[in-house]
Amino acid sequence: MTTLESALGASTARLEGRAKVSGTARYAAEYASEGALYAWPVPAGIARGEVTAVHTDAAMADPAVLVVLTHDNAPRLRPVEDRTLALLQSPHVAHRGQYVALAVATSLEAARAAAAAVLVQYKADHHDVVLTEDHPGLYAPEEIDGLWPGTREHGDFGGAYAAAEIRTDAVYTIPPLHNHPMEPHAATAVWDGDALTVYDSNQGSTAVQHTLAQLFGIDAGQVRVVSEHVGGGFGSKGTPRPNVVLAAMAARAVDRPVKLAVPRNHMPAVVGHRAPTIQRIRIGAGSDGRIRALAHEVVTCTSTVGHFVEPAALPSRMMYTAPNSRTSHRVTRLDIPAPSWMRAPGECPGMFALESAIDELADICGLDPVELRIRNDTEVEPDSGLPFSSRHLVECLQEGARRFGWHERDRRPGIRREGRLLIGSGVASSMYPVIIFPSCAAAHADPDGQYRVRVNATDIGTGARTVLAQIAADALAAPLGRVHISIGSSDLPEAPLAGGSSGTASWGWAVHNACAQVRELVERSGGSVPAGGLSASADTTEDIKSGQEYARCAFGAQFAEVQVDTDTGEVRVRRLTGVFAAGRILNPRTARSQFIGAMTMGLSMALMEASTMDPEFGDHAERDFASYHVAACADLPAIEAHWIGEEDPHLNPMGSKGIGEIGIVGTAAAIANAVHHATGVRVRTLPIRPDALLPHFAHFA
Amino acid sequence: MGTTTAVTMEINAESCALDLDNRTTLLDALREHLGLTGTKKGCDHGQCGACTVLVDGLRMNSCLLLAVALDGAQVTTVEGLSSDAVLHPVQQAFIDHDAFQCGYCTPGQICSAVGAITEAASGWPSAATAQERPVGSVALTEAEIRERMSGNLCRCGAYVNIVSAVAEAAEAAREAGR
Repeated sequence: MTTLESALGASTARLEGRAKVSGTARYAAEYASEGALYAWPVPAGIARGEVTAVHTDAAMADPAVLVVLTHDNAPRLRPVEDRTLALLQSPHVAHRGQYVALAVATSLEAARAAAAAVLVQYKADHHDVVLTEDHPGLYAPEEIDGLWPGTREHGDFGGAYAAAEIRTDAVYTIPPLHNHPMEPHAATAVWDGDALTVYDSNQGSTAVQHTLAQLFGIDAGQVRVVSEHVGGGFGSKGTPRPNVVLAAMAARAVDRPVKLAVPRNHMPAVVGHRAPTIQRIRIGAGSDGRIRALAHEVVTCTSTVGHFVEPAALPSRMMYTAPNSRTSHRVTRLDIPAPSWMRAPGECPGMFALESAIDELADICGLDPVELRIRNDTEVEPDSGLPFSSRHLVECLQEGARRFGWHERDRRPGIRREGRLLIGSGVASSMYPVIIFPSCAAAHADPDGQYRVRVNATDIGTGARTVLAQIAADALAAPLGRVHISIGSSDLPEAPLAGGSSGTASWGWAVHNACAQVRELVERSGGSVPAGGLSASADTTEDIKSGQEYARCAFGAQFAEVQVDTDTGEVRVRRLTGVFAAGRILNPRTARSQFIGAMTMGLSMALMEASTMDPEFGDHAERDFASYHVAACADLPAIEAHWIGEEDPHLNPMGSKGIGEIGIVGTAAAIANAVHHATGVRVRTLPIRPDALLPHFAHFA
Repeated sequence: MGTTTAVTMEINAESCALDLDNRTTLLDALREHLGLTGTKKGCDHGQCGACTVLVDGLRMNSCLLLAVALDGAQVTTVEGLSSDAVLHPVQQAFIDHDAFQCGYCTPGQICSAVGAITEAASGWPSAATAQERPVGSVALTEAEIRERMSGNLCRCGAYVNIVSAVAEAAEAAREAGR
């Protein structure tokens, strides 16, 4: 008898690896369509007001140009909840960069030239685009995203803070940040009568399918959305974006297939971004470092057309014991492009502030920051009072400290020199909640021993396709090679988006259930599969209600070593070590890439990424990779990601927690804390650039 | 209507005669006229490297090249690196080291790595190369690879694995060249 090695937990290489390295993996703009046209959008040149006229004569002079769509002649759309999708429906301009026209031509070159030749006239209103701490429009939302209360109070923060032996009070600011997946948002749309097929770059095509059906007033069954390979998203492709709606509108208007790829420098205005935050954190503690009072107050902005609020105070509701606390958000509506999800919305910016503040507290208390965090560990989630299903923050801190060599560290800042370099190290915690959405999946056993598994999951680079096949093989007790998985098309069983680090748990649960049923059917039929095969399907709507008597969250710890050049003020990260406790790791190879990749993005956020709202024009000034800097290969040091085994029966059949976002949570704080350790300078505004440090180095000259 | 010009290029060892709008970049010629969509458009402005191909053996951003200016050029795209069932060693190393996630920058990274390995073997220095060094090929240390691969952005953050993949492929190329 041979024992089948479980596919789950194996370091399986990506199933689509060969297609990706040989250039055959097809992305949204790469589906050949007979007679396809090209569309190029025209962004608004004002931040607020009305379009008064669109002159298209010059654009239409080229016979290669078929049409220029404007709010006057574009197909009418039905209203949907996301008002940024009401494209070319009215002359109103809500932000600079909003699309006001669309040129459609037989070639990319002609479409681009036509878009540039469209002359739009406006009546501009006064605009208001800059977030300030005391903006008159600030209000406290009752709910954020319909999920969390905007403000939470426990005990008496004011009294406990006033009475505390040690107090910290500081403000941390993060500029607007852009997702910038490498594949720009793109779509190819093909109508056949009232049936619409689109090839679209998104993080979840079930939602795109339903939104398109609503917009065009057709049955969802008439819309097919294919998203076989997606070139990254990081939240910006979590909802349907203008690319797919405009491509479908244009294709309908000209009755031919239309391709549209959003030009890179349009993306900051039309695909969402991380809103800027101004976060004040006050901590009152005993001299032993135990937190008695914690206030995390967030000021941020949203647009006039969206409702997204960056929930940056959330982590302070979950991280440390704080008997007296206040966590609040205030937001103002500005005439800016609509902010939206960017990798770990809330947790990522919030933990920069909280974990910087914790480091400041350790400094004042004269305590090691690892030890201070351990002293404030908690077995129950402070806000809900629910016990954690599993929480191994302390183990992550200890294991990270051991691997990093933390214990040899001299706590005093600004004393390690190597020539003109100052050297320092820093630590921060990571966290990301467990999120699971209902999903469907189907499995089928063929008589020849092959299995077909279908689920409309999306692989945006996470390795979803591979890990779902592993989950299926495990549940079927079949070799991975006999499992054929189909994802990335809305004609597969409905599934939620790749977002909130929820994908593997949500889709995987449904895949597991469908496959377990098929396995049972096969066993019941005596181990042989009849001619017609055996099928089962699953819907986890009921299953996922279990486990909610627990607070469920992944935790981690990150350690950074930096060098700071006292001549130039440049910070370089020398090494970065992350240790995570995220349930069972289902594929170590792709999981490591997820952790390392997110830590890389965290380094990029700490030292490079910054967008500036231009008060005059009302748009982000850094709109391309020449001005919006992201980390490049030479910026990256040795990054290590490790994990500790975590058995948690309260999650899902696989025992996994989401791992796509936790890696970016805490990285920036670990680096900022290391910069403080190196230089003695506390930088509370990201990114940490030379101008924040150089003035402090005059004495080195 | 844009003015067109006839141009003949050797693309992946096949002669291709095209009549192209003068404004057409090599990238758009590959993707929209020849169906070679392995070469990616990430920014269209020479800032991300996703469109990197080899032109007469040298890596270039195909979004910055006008196709009609390349009459007679030899172009190799990611599709032309592997023959039949056998992947190019750099392609195989990218799989072995999980040197990609979403895969969109990957063809550019791979073409860039192939170019970088050739450049180093030909003795081309980089900013990471010591000023005083022996004549001849430059050893592709990790610092050299990081520097030479910095024209190719990867938003998924696969750089650490890209460096190890390129190092392995470079070492294999060096062994083979002995």
